[in-house]
Amino acid sequence: MHTLKDIPIGGSARVKKLYGEGAVRRHIMDMGITKGVDIQVRKVAPLGDPIEITVRGYQLTLRKADAELIEVERSVQEAPNDIHDSTCRKPQLW
Amino acid sequence: MTFTIALAGNPNCGKTTLFNALTGSSQRVGNWPGVTIDKKVGKIKGADAELVDLPGIYSLSPYSPEEIVSRDFIVNEKPDAIINIVDATNLERNMYLTMQIIDMGIPMVLAMNMMDEVERRGDHIDIEFISKSLGVPVIPISAAKKENIDKLVETVVDVAQNRKCPPDVIYDDSVEATVQAAKKALEGKVPAENLRFYAFKLVDGDPLVNEQFPGVRDSIKEEIDALEKEHDDLADSIIADCRYTRIVEIVHQAITKAPVDERGSLSDRIDRIVTHKIVGIPIFIAVIAVVYFLALYDGPLMTSPGAYATGWLNDWFDQLGQDVGQWCTDNGVSEITSGILVNGIMAGVGAVLGFLPQMAIMFTCLIILEEVGYMARVAFVMDRIFRYFNLSGKSFIPLLVGTGCGVPGVMSSRTIESESDRRITAMTVTFMPCSAKLPIISAIAGALAGNMWVAVYAYFMGMVLVILSGIVLKKFQKLSGNPAPFIMELPPYHVPKVYGVLKGIFDRCWSFVKKAFTVVLLASVIVWFLCHFDFTLTYLDSDTQMGDSILATLGRCLAYVFVPLGWGDSWELAASTFTGLMAKENIVATLGIVLVGDSEAAISSVSEALANLLGNNAAVLSFFSFNIFCAPCVAAIGAIHRELGDWKSTGLAVLYQCTVSYLIAIIVYAVYGSFLGVDIAWYSYVLAVISVVVLVYVLIAKDPFRQKGGVKS
Repeated sequence: MHTLKDIPIGGSARVKKLYGEGAVRRHIMDMGITKGVDIQVRKVAPLGDPIEITVRGYQLTLRKADAELIEVERSVQEAPNDIHDSTCRKPQLW
Repeated sequence: MTFTIALAGNPNCGKTTLFNALTGSSQRVGNWPGVTIDKKVGKIKGADAELVDLPGIYSLSPYSPEEIVSRDFIVNEKPDAIINIVDATNLERNMYLTMQIIDMGIPMVLAMNMMDEVERRGDHIDIEFISKSLGVPVIPISAAKKENIDKLVETVVDVAQNRKCPPDVIYDDSVEATVQAAKKALEGKVPAENLRFYAFKLVDGDPLVNEQFPGVRDSIKEEIDALEKEHDDLADSIIADCRYTRIVEIVHQAITKAPVDERGSLSDRIDRIVTHKIVGIPIFIAVIAVVYFLALYDGPLMTSPGAYATGWLNDWFDQLGQDVGQWCTDNGVSEITSGILVNGIMAGVGAVLGFLPQMAIMFTCLIILEEVGYMARVAFVMDRIFRYFNLSGKSFIPLLVGTGCGVPGVMSSRTIESESDRRITAMTVTFMPCSAKLPIISAIAGALAGNMWVAVYAYFMGMVLVILSGIVLKKFQKLSGNPAPFIMELPPYHVPKVYGVLKGIFDRCWSFVKKAFTVVLLASVIVWFLCHFDFTLTYLDSDTQMGDSILATLGRCLAYVFVPLGWGDSWELAASTFTGLMAKENIVATLGIVLVGDSEAAISSVSEALANLLGNNAAVLSFFSFNIFCAPCVAAIGAIHRELGDWKSTGLAVLYQCTVSYLIAIIVYAVYGSFLGVDIAWYSYVLAVISVVVLVYVLIAKDPFRQKGGVKS
């Protein structure tokens, strides 16, 4: 089983299931991370945590511990419904 | 009839800008009951309607105070209409709130903001289509450029007048069947127009609804089980899912996208540098350094504009005080009146108001950083470090500001999203020695003849206390509130709106000035009175008679508390600690009066007198430890009260600060005293050991405050 935490920088994935409970679970869903949505992992913070992702066309940051609650399936090709962002590419240094 | 209109929307969607555009200058700012979230109300220009600004929220879930406040307002106050503002550049997530507001069954208008940005990108949105799909009027606007605002007002008045409620959004059959069952179960228990909203929340497993209607969810357990089985998921997830699915259906048909720039947007490019693996943290340090050198720094390198202006204003207040004093003497004003005016009110209020220029510069920097979108990146970059202390990455800024003055430090904690992080930061900022504590730092340094280390000790210990308090206070949920998950939007960078920045600076400075003229003024008068009258209410006309004053008596009583700390034998020290409550620089001024006989006494002579009085360095350091970390001045306590929302929490916070400083002082006294071979009373040792045990216990134990149900992490 893969979780969002396992997705490397620049990779994308599709959400299969959410775990966790209470405020964290609710907040993850409210921010648009629901079953079937495509997520791209954009970068990781300078100290290794949290990570930044693109979901539903906007940028969101969450901790790796919470990313572990999101079960995903690695996408082979680039996400099809990327709205207005071209960040499926590997981020450049600058 | 005057309509009540609520303004709802996500954070960062231009809600404040729209509120300002709709209401102009007719705004009242207050607090929502029971929470420290600004409640803004204003009259809509060109209509007989009042606009209530709901806090920025992503959903109507029950987990954050912002969401609860918004829900309660809509359900209980029943506004005549809702303006739901959405960011047109980010429709998918913004419309998630829209779907929930539609369930509320209240007339509404969708204000589609940032249409100018959509056009600039070359995208096209079919407004008509969205309006038809939802059955809600949709008005494209640009709040920043004030485009189409009149049309928005006209439409909202129309829906309010004709009670045009949005039709239900019908989801897939299995969800609708379950919601239908929930509606039946709730019928008669909730207002008819909110029935669908409650039904969804019941199926969702919303804890607040469950609490309000115990057992109702169990009565439809069969239907919920069937739903969960069919979708192989939990009910809350199924509902969020069906909402988003519907939004995607609508949005993807309505939007035609222009091809995107290969290099990514400008915002992306800035972000790549600012949050870069290697240069991200140096950039953060550089930004902080710029703020520090603009507002706070005063030393061998330069005098920052903020420190310069504050120094100038302080001198001006001093001069004003002297002039007024002179004028009073010349014109035969009674000594009491002139004393209360010059040494009480003007000295006290002046000491606080003197910080105003520094604060204005500080807030200019902070508000610009916030508006640009950099603060969210600070939280992103620094989170790894601060989470261990249960603080937000954003807590760094208030702590830094706190080294200048605790009041703006506490006030700047407001930008922290999580309620718990915000409260803990507000309660611990004043552990950082502020600039008003510099005189006592120099006085103690002199008394210990070990100059540099006293300052190092003060700042280092301040930081340690902030960190440890983060860990301890998190366990004390009554004080710290509910912890919120760190799942945060990183909004695109944008150029701040001049009006918004200016208004932000003005609002915060104004609240500071109000504090100076209310809390501080009152405290100044009280302390002056205590210093200059005895219990027969006879005026003591000279400073040297202070030994007979009410303050001295208070000091004598208070001194017993400090006996175990090694400095309880002299009322002077207790009395100076008490006057420190008004403003921390008073500690040295009072010591000057009572020990040296001159309020303007040189710090070196105060040091000498202090060292002679106490006789050993351990007691000096213990006196210092207590005074520097105990309750802050009244202005800062006032600021803490504003952030915590009620006097009970504020009282507990102050009690916490005093207790911590007491424990630290007694440990310092016992340890340092034994090291120096000072003759220390047995009870000091006992208390020191107890203090260590208590500190270790509250740090390690999971639930040291024995709260019901323990602490949810």
